[in-house]
Amino acid sequence: MKLALRYAGLLAILAISIGPFLWQFATSIKGPNEDVFVPDFIPDDPTFGNYAAVADVVPVWSFALNSLAVASVNVLTNCVGAAMAGYALARLRFRGRRFAAVIFAGSILVPFEAILISLFLVMRGLGLTNTLTGVVLPGSIAALNVLLLRNAFLALPAEVEEAAIIDGANAWQRFTRLALPSVKGTLVVVALFSFMFSWDDFLWPLVVLSDQEKYTLTIGLAYLQGTFVQNQRLVAAGTIIAVLPLILLFLLLQKHFFRGVGEGAIKG
Amino acid sequence: MTHRPYTPWLFLLPGLAVCLMFTIFPFLNMIVLAFTDASALGGGQFTGADNFVRMAQDPKFWVAARNSLLYMVCVVPPLVLLPLLIAVLAQKIVPGIGIFRTAFFTPVIASAVVVGLIWTWLLDSRGLVNSVVEALGGTRIPFLTDSTLLLISSMVVTVWRGLGYYMVIYLAALANVPKDLHEAAMVDGAGPVRRFWSVTVPALRPTMVLIAALSAVNGFRVFSEIYLLSGGTGGPGGASTTMVMLIQSVGRGLTGEVGYASALSFVLFVILLGLLLITLKLNRREDQL
Repeated sequence: MKLALRYAGLLAILAISIGPFLWQFATSIKGPNEDVFVPDFIPDDPTFGNYAAVADVVPVWSFALNSLAVASVNVLTNCVGAAMAGYALARLRFRGRRFAAVIFAGSILVPFEAILISLFLVMRGLGLTNTLTGVVLPGSIAALNVLLLRNAFLALPAEVEEAAIIDGANAWQRFTRLALPSVKGTLVVVALFSFMFSWDDFLWPLVVLSDQEKYTLTIGLAYLQGTFVQNQRLVAAGTIIAVLPLILLFLLLQKHFFRGVGEGAIKG
Repeated sequence: MTHRPYTPWLFLLPGLAVCLMFTIFPFLNMIVLAFTDASALGGGQFTGADNFVRMAQDPKFWVAARNSLLYMVCVVPPLVLLPLLIAVLAQKIVPGIGIFRTAFFTPVIASAVVVGLIWTWLLDSRGLVNSVVEALGGTRIPFLTDSTLLLISSMVVTVWRGLGYYMVIYLAALANVPKDLHEAAMVDGAGPVRRFWSVTVPALRPTMVLIAALSAVNGFRVFSEIYLLSGGTGGPGGASTTMVMLIQSVGRGLTGEVGYASALSFVLFVILLGLLLITLKLNRREDQL
């Protein structure tokens, strides 16, 4: 009886959590003759035609390609750049280490929204507004990731590296051959969340991009909604295109997502 | 010596360069610009506190500040309580629990834009929610066209999106609540509701403070949900605009008033910093208890 109640509660929350996604998917596969306003989750005549049709209205696949490019570069720069900085902070002794740590910690405390306009001016100064490079750069090495990796490197035992020092390995060799392979778990978390943030980001691309051909998926979709709101099937197809890659990634790597939340990889 | 003196700086160079150029410098520049009349075209004279005087007399600022504050106050209680209830429900390992937990987390990975578009469609004047309302004999509710209802709808979306994320944090914390506390309470004859309030809640108080702080900061920073639900307008007559929306619309484009937008950003920063300091203080008091 108690178990039945628990399942009833779980099922109710399940419906609330994924019901909206299912409704969007159902809308996206409804044919042109079916009334989308009728609350019917199962289409009479399901079709994937809307996924092709949405590309005739806006270049949704090139938006997706832009998003993929931005997110992939973001993963690479964050993993490499944050690992290098984190390694130096955790494993190398030098004057000015405190100063460097304060710069990173201070950067975490600055809310992005507060520097939005000022950051746009920096990008304009660099001539990078309306470019995908301009979209990537500000988040390319997140201070939060530097600190996450610093903590991971700090947790490694000192003995292994001491042996390598005696063998004559220099700092770069110790970093790439010993330290990096030992923090694989944290690197996966950093990669995953870098991808997700970049893929999902809305405010910054909205401010920095102005030409439709440079749009990433998120602002492309907001634009699609503004222009062609009368055909909900197309908007729905566009949203499914935007969310499906992340859902697949999440299903494959959910252990790391949960671990990432535990380690504070999301600022919330 | 294990490395040359400049080696650490080579490791740090990319990371430091990005943080200094794209966070620290814009931040300091924002504070300077807040006291000027700089425009999108550049230039700008030092104008003292003029921007802040203007702000005090700007009804748009007060609407935006009130909305952001209201938003924060309204989303915190549900975001502290509901995920806790869900976590308690999803804590016990029963067959299929992994599927449930995965499903509960799905809204977290979807972007604000995807979530915004899904809910715009659900809450449309002829959307699914209104179909149900009509089927139950009610009249259509103007979720997205009435400025108050728009704010409330947006808050619901924010809460919906946060449930799974905070549930995961609570699940981790629940795993650390000592079992013998529950067993002792059971021996004393406490039922599940009583044990929830007298054992679980006190044990989770630090986690609840953390989640209250996180959700308060994020509530005050709200942008995407309300931007999308209102189709970028901020509601009828801009009555549902929030602080970040205002900053974005004042400072952007060729007519952007960079100085005034920076002053607004400065106020946003001070309020968020204040929230952070309050949280730290609360946390410290928790530690002392």
